Order: sequence, then structure tokens, then C-alpha cells
Amino acid sequence: MASKPYDTTFLTTVGKKIVMAITGLFLVIFVVEHMLGNLFFLVGADAYNEYSHKLLSLGPLLWAIEIVLLAAFVFHAFYGISITLYNKSARPEKYKQLRSAGKPSRKTISSTTMIYTGLILLIFLVIHLKSFKYGTYYSTVVNGVEMRDLHRLMVEKFSTPLYTFGYVAVMILLGFHLRHGFWSAFQSLGANHPRYSAGIYTLGVFIAIILAIGFVAVPLWIYFTQ
Amino acid sequence: MKNMTLKLLIWRQKDANSPGEMVPYTVENVSPHMSFLEMLDVLNEKIIKEGGDPIEFDNDCREGICGMCSLVINGIPHGTQHRTATCQLHMRHFKDGDTITIEPFRAKPFPVIKDLAVDRSAFDRIIAKGGYISVNTGSAPDANSIPISKEAADLAMDAAECIGCGACVAACPNASAALFVGAKISQYTFLPQGKPEAKRRALRMIEQMDAEGFGNCSNHGECEAVCPKEISILNIARMRREFLKAAIR
Repeated sequence: MASKPYDTTFLTTVGKKIVMAITGLFLVIFVVEHMLGNLFFLVGADAYNEYSHKLLSLGPLLWAIEIVLLAAFVFHAFYGISITLYNKSARPEKYKQLRSAGKPSRKTISSTTMIYTGLILLIFLVIHLKSFKYGTYYSTVVNGVEMRDLHRLMVEKFSTPLYTFGYVAVMILLGFHLRHGFWSAFQSLGANHPRYSAGIYTLGVFIAIILAIGFVAVPLWIYFTQ
Repeated sequence: MKNMTLKLLIWRQKDANSPGEMVPYTVENVSPHMSFLEMLDVLNEKIIKEGGDPIEFDNDCREGICGMCSLVINGIPHGTQHRTATCQLHMRHFKDGDTITIEPFRAKPFPVIKDLAVDRSAFDRIIAKGGYISVNTGSAPDANSIPISKEAADLAMDAAECIGCGACVAACPNASAALFVGAKISQYTFLPQGKPEAKRRALRMIEQMDAEGFGNCSNHGECEAVCPKEISILNIARMRREFLKAAIR
């Protein structure tokens, strides 16, 4: 309230979830874009490298997007971890037996494992950036323009079974994370209505499946054909 | 239907500061027409006759409308039958020879008083922060002086059905009170009488909910599934909208 010397809106249980929702939805937009970008790989080596070159040549605009992305990741992960730890403390004495009451509950393996899938995605993100964004720099020339040969790096990385299947496993976990995360973000923002909620829930499941398939397609294709 | 013999595993705890444990009991001659609480009455009579300490559990109206009864029965608050409070759960839903586990509602803001009775006054403190409308006292106003549409009245009533039993907190993996507070904030959003204090109500009730130590809502929706009054999690979304409206000024 007004008596506080600072604004506590986003420190309340409701406010924290609003931050989780906004950052989460922003990250969903990012992963959808990333997945669609990856599909250029299937078009051809030059198409893929040209796409990444175009992104890199955005310059300051790209940095701005990257800063917002980094902030979104940091807030989403930090709040996610702090919320989970707090929730554990809200029930110090555990039940001997507690089970789901069934419908209309939306508790699923996805909803109860958000912290685990989230932490795995966080670790994955660090490895992933190290492998690609800050990975080996090969160069190539497409239509007379010198650019980074990310295609070659992709083929190199996804020719090892550990990297390929590790990546595939994490992308499936991303699907699980989004299955609950997508509709949950809308609910956290208060955007739920009898007319739309079923549609938003279904859309979440759809996005989760499409993203997982889209992300595993390229590595598997490289592993089995290149 | 024949009378049953049941095995019970019941949480016994002397007081708030003592550790508790699950204690086995056998209760015989249980009529299928008894309510769950009547079955516990039969067990308590037997315990008292044998000179023991009867099991403490909350109850009042036994008609499913007061919100006083609680209990987590076989892992589900108010038992496996949907849309009913424990007092309206009848023994015909169990079979002869069944083992039933009975635990109290568990959450940090709901400390155990004794055995199965927990202190739910945290809910009262949340209500005291804004779960009301301020009106001038005096002679009763005319009932129809403020027109309210049927739709608005129905939606307000859907939220106002909440009897404040706390099953939502008990079922929530995070011990969140979002459904209770959501219902108590929502019921006023449809009515003109609720408008003047809407912002203050949302902010203060949520502040008190947090101060009591309830967890964050992760949108699992277990609360709606155990609610004896079928309060929808749409009310939680509505609470968040009210919060946003109040916070962004």
C-alpha cells in the first residue's frame, strides 16, 4: 500500500506470477522464431547461412533484442526458483498421502515438473550458447559475401550421438515445460474466460508439440543423413 | 446394504507443538447410511468408553454449508466424492474392509490445534482486510433501489458460494490460498456496491494472504477439483485482473 517506501507490486505472490507470465510469453515468441529459423537448414546450406548472416547484420537492433532476452531469461529463472523454494516452505509438514482429485484439475506431469524442466533448460542454454553463438567460427562465401558458416558447425555438432540425443531430449522437455507454461501464463495475467480458456489450453498443447517436433527435426535429420 | 468394518489410519497430534503420527483404528458396525463424521462419532464413543482420548475434528452444521468440516481422506481433501464437503460424504462410498487414511488440512498458515483440527483463522484475517463492503447503518435500504442484472447476480453468487473451508489450500501442491481469495474478491466485482473499495480490497487482501505465508498459485487447478462448491479458477484470473487494475494507477 501507499505506506511502503517502494513499490511492492511485483514482490507479491500475484505480482511474481505476472512477471513469470510476461517473461515466459516473451521467451515463447523467441523460441518460435528460433525454431522457424532452424528450419532454413532443411532448405540448404546457403539459405541457412544467409538467414543467420541477416540476423547478425541487424547490429544494434539485435543487441537490443538480446539484452531484453537476457533480462527475460534472468527474471524468469530467478523468480521461478524463488517461487518454488517459497512454495516448499508453505507446507512444512508433508502429507502421508496426497493425490490428484482428477478433473477439472489441470495438474499434470508438466505442471508439477516445471522447476526441473526449467533448470535443465537453463543448463542447456549455457551449453547451447557456448556451442553455437560462441562456438568455432568457420567462414564461407555465399553470393560473393563472406559470412559465418553455421551450417558446418551444426553438421559437426550433430554428428555425435551424445550431443544429438541430449539435444533431442532437452527439446522434448521444452515441450513439457510449454504445455503447462503457455496456458498458465495467460491464467497468471488474468486472461482467462469461459469462452477462450479451453482454446488457450489447446493452443498451448499444440505449440508445445509443434516446437518440440520443429526443434528435433533438424538435429535428427543431420545425424541420420549427413 | 450390510454394516461394515473399516480400518482407519488417523493423524493424532497432542497439540500444535508436539509431533504427530498416524495411528491405526478399527471401527465396526458402520452403517452405509452414516456420514463420514457420524462414523468418526461412533469411533470416538468407542474410544471414550475405553477411557481413551477422543479424536478431535472440526464440524458444525453437517449440512455442507458452513465450511467447518475438513479432513484429507485417502489423499483428497473432503474425500474422493466431488463437490461435497466431508459431512456430506456417506459411508456407502466405501467397502467393507477398506483402509481409510485421514489427515488434517496441511499448510503453514493452518497450524494443527489437535489431531485433525487446524486453525484456519488466517482466512478470517484476510477477510478482515477487505472481504466486505462499507455501508452506513440505519434503516434497511430498499432491496431493489440499485438494479443488478440477473447475469451479474449469478456470477457474483457463483463466487460467493465459497464457504471458506480451506480445501483449496489443502489440495494445492503449494498450499496457495488463491482460490479462496479469488472468490472473495470476485464476488464484489460484479456488484455496484463492491466498486468503491475494489482497489483497496484487492491489494490489501492479497497483501494479507502473502503475510500469512500461503504459497504461490502455479495454476495446477487442484483447488477447483476439491472445492465442495465448485468455485472455478476463473475467479483466480479475475483476482489477478483486479490486482493489475489496482496496482497500475
